[in-house]
Amino acid sequence: MAGAALLGRLSWLAARVTDVTVETPRVRTVHLEAPGWPGHRPGQHVDIRLTAEDGYQAQRSYSIANAANGERVLLTVERVDDGEVSPFLVDELRPGDRFELRGPIGGYFVWSPENGGPLQLVGGGSGVVPLMAMIRARAGSQIPTRLLYSARAIDELIFLKELEALDADTGLEVTYTLTRARPSGWEGFDRRVDRAMLEEVTWPADRAPLVFVCGPTGFVEMVATTLVSLGHPPERVRTERFGPTGGSQ
Amino acid sequence: MTEPTHVDGNAVGALLHDVFGADMTDRRGCCDECGAISMLATMLAYRQAPGDVLRCPACGAVIVVVVETPARVRVTFESLRWMDAAASS
Repeated sequence: MAGAALLGRLSWLAARVTDVTVETPRVRTVHLEAPGWPGHRPGQHVDIRLTAEDGYQAQRSYSIANAANGERVLLTVERVDDGEVSPFLVDELRPGDRFELRGPIGGYFVWSPENGGPLQLVGGGSGVVPLMAMIRARAGSQIPTRLLYSARAIDELIFLKELEALDADTGLEVTYTLTRARPSGWEGFDRRVDRAMLEEVTWPADRAPLVFVCGPTGFVEMVATTLVSLGHPPERVRTERFGPTGGSQ
Repeated sequence: MTEPTHVDGNAVGALLHDVFGADMTDRRGCCDECGAISMLATMLAYRQAPGDVLRCPACGAVIVVVVETPARVRVTFESLRWMDAAASS
């Protein structure tokens, strides 16, 4: 069968782009159909490999944005301006294009509804992407969930409409903070995530939440360290660092 | 101000999967320098070098180095006292 794995190795699958949707000026969601995809858990990532006509290859990792759905995989990608791969994915990719994909990868930064809650999610910039896969998977489960989501400006909040629609729904509370620019009448926070904000809007340690923090490395370190100092056991504060740029690696 | 450049061991998950034949990110390893026990997913991954370096999150010691060339993948255990053979949870 095509795509059958050599023992132990992750196979590269040929994924076909079925759609590319605009999330923000710098962010697109690439909709993929990947025959042979084994399914995934929210929070996992994939490696993708692009091959140029001269044989040059570039490989990157991206978080999966959707809950498991057959062979469909959604990757939400932020353009890193000096990047080699993300400008191509954001600006050039069209339905019908193909590239290679392997995964899912990672058994640590994962959450499924059967893991229960309460669930505390903290995302910085495009770090919200794997958290969105968790939010999409929990829909309808009633698991009490809080998301603290930091971005620079309102037009950089990915998934805003979907989050607002869900927020009105069952047991999902979303708090936003915009660190650089705010629209007039903004009612969310207007500063970088800090200890006082975490104390005010995240689940207290005595509720024993499962905590997932994703974003740029400096953001993740600050949030995780502060949550542990607020009494959360380190093993319940799971982190995924994107590196210094805020892009997916 | 320079931001830290490392990511999580999780980011090296595919390469480790290739090397060990299974997902390794939820396995624990013990640092031979300081004795700290951490999951590979939570080790600090430095990917700028020609190869991937996993460091102990407690003391910074180099635990594992993975270098991939077209011909082979070589794993060097610098400071790994032991590692779980199966997932710890």
